[in-house]
Amino acid sequence: MKNRAWSQFCENRWAVAGLIILGIIHAAALFADFLAPYSFSNEERTYSYAPPSKIHFRDEQGSLVPPFVYGAEIKFDEYRRRIYQDKADEKYPLSFFVQGDKYKILGLVPTTIHLFGVKEPGRIYLWGADSRGRDLFSRLLHGARISLSIGILGVAISFSIGLLVGGIAGYYGGKTDDIIMRICEMFMMFPGFYLLLALRAVVPPNFNSIQVYLAIVVILSFIGWASLARVIRGMCLSLREREFVLAAKTMGLSDLRIIIRHILPHTLSYSLIAVMLSIPGYILAESSLSLIGLGIQDPYASWGNLLAEAMGIVQIKFAPWILLPGFFIFITVMCFNVVGDALRDVLDPKTSQ
Amino acid sequence: MLRYILRRLLTILPILLVMSLLTFILMQKTSGSFYDTLKLNPQISPETIERYIKLYQLDKPLLVQYFSWLTNLFHFEFGYSFFYNIPVADVIGGRLWNTFVLSLASLILTWGVAIPLGIYAALHRNKITDRLIQFTSYIALASPTFFVAMLLLYFASQSGILPLGGMHSANYDGMNIIEKFFDVLRHVAIPATALSISSIGALQRIMRGNMLEVLGQQYILTARAKGLPENRVIYSHALRNAINPLVTILGYEFAGLLSGAALLEIICSWPGLGALMLTAVQSKDIYLVMASFLLSGFLLIIGNLLADVLLARLDPRIRYEK
Repeated sequence: MKNRAWSQFCENRWAVAGLIILGIIHAAALFADFLAPYSFSNEERTYSYAPPSKIHFRDEQGSLVPPFVYGAEIKFDEYRRRIYQDKADEKYPLSFFVQGDKYKILGLVPTTIHLFGVKEPGRIYLWGADSRGRDLFSRLLHGARISLSIGILGVAISFSIGLLVGGIAGYYGGKTDDIIMRICEMFMMFPGFYLLLALRAVVPPNFNSIQVYLAIVVILSFIGWASLARVIRGMCLSLREREFVLAAKTMGLSDLRIIIRHILPHTLSYSLIAVMLSIPGYILAESSLSLIGLGIQDPYASWGNLLAEAMGIVQIKFAPWILLPGFFIFITVMCFNVVGDALRDVLDPKTSQ
Repeated sequence: MLRYILRRLLTILPILLVMSLLTFILMQKTSGSFYDTLKLNPQISPETIERYIKLYQLDKPLLVQYFSWLTNLFHFEFGYSFFYNIPVADVIGGRLWNTFVLSLASLILTWGVAIPLGIYAALHRNKITDRLIQFTSYIALASPTFFVAMLLLYFASQSGILPLGGMHSANYDGMNIIEKFFDVLRHVAIPATALSISSIGALQRIMRGNMLEVLGQQYILTARAKGLPENRVIYSHALRNAINPLVTILGYEFAGLLSGAALLEIICSWPGLGALMLTAVQSKDIYLVMASFLLSGFLLIIGNLLADVLLARLDPRIRYEK
């Protein structure tokens, strides 16, 4: 059964591609410190909005040499905008496994080795720099950590609540069900973004970045659980009439155990699909919040607050690479959608079109 | 039906009350108030601030404040905005209209594009054009509205054909009614398009699915068999039945637009309710937050209720009363 579903899933080439891309993005986020040449806060303000560095493989004579980047010469045009030109006499060879900013691998082993980089004072900007001369490539990788983990954590919390509450409401029915459903309706009665703003207003302004991060996770899951609870409750209402529940009851199992061990597993395939299709919502909500300055705060990076820099027309015009975080949000959302839809086709053929 | 509507309206009342009490307490309990910022302003004397705090009863206990706000609510008075220093209703009224304009524009755009596209895709099922439409819809579904808005703003700035924000041009007051209409239309174009892109993708897919389902029904076969021209089969027999279930989506969508519009209002500096809510939240303008928040909830409920009622009217199988 499981194997059949899996091989059916693999037949959908788009879904497999989506799953692979998601894997790559998540792995990149996990090893962000190592893959990125700089830490998220490493800034060099003279390199404000430096364009992506060109990596050269041939020297002036045209012969093949190890890859290198030129040092930058900064000039100003008549509007006092920076113009970056290559300095022909300053070459910084691109090297691998170089010393750089300190970090801990997976938060455990302290080290300074980065996958690639150039020697100071040279700087390498694979995808350009932001206003304060921080490497966008590094910040995107570090931002992926926050953006993706908020999605996963938020879904994990809201789904635990949603499953449990929905299970309890559906299993007991009657008054309990009524009360729980009224509470759910209360949450669903307000437009998500307004609720988000109202709840964000409650978070004290003196919270530090980690507290704000956790607060956002909590707020997002707080908003998200109700709709899931409703669906699960509907499923449990019919599941509790089945014989195996009666069997479990006669064996004297406790209600909570029946709900968690015997009823909820039957909603697994629906929940799995729902998880896949709701993660994008959390990622988008975090991005929107950070975009308008209420989410993750500088110097910490998330895809949303990286994109906040692209709110100015002038910046986009002269540094179009600052739009990249938007493409990453788009691609991630797209992949989750593709994988979720494919899962639904495989696990729940009734609802697919 | 009337009884059903009344019952629904009655059940939401306690929920609104609980929600308003919660927001009220939360807004008050958190650190900082609107007048804390004013206290730092040397141009405003402490006596003035004291007077305002007295005036707005901010020195009274929390519950007293809440109940005086609540009793005023029944007189349709929503309190005063600290920031604007005028009744909240006056601030919100105009903003609500602006949000309505944006939502309406987006709704017209979504339906005007998605329905014909869905019909076309269903009639050309699995041909190259259909596949193209399905592919673009899928991409549209995944594109974040704020990102679309930013890209559109960028292209608008490059080409210079559309204004980059706001709702009116500077010389709006001097225009006649037709010019005014086109001025607003030009301003609404970018936020409405950004707001519509992903809903077009979604609605198009639903329309295509419905149309395909209806086209497979026996009565379509009958219509064809009795020699009706294909145009009449499709546009008067199939289309009607395919579009019926979508009408309920209209209600839900209109309610949902409010939430989506809020973010776009902020990005495109459209002076709507969402943008107002953001500034109110930031400056802790309590009564303004409460009113916008409750109003948004109320609108969502009304939208959903309308959708349910419409559904019952259109589909005789649905009965809300026993």
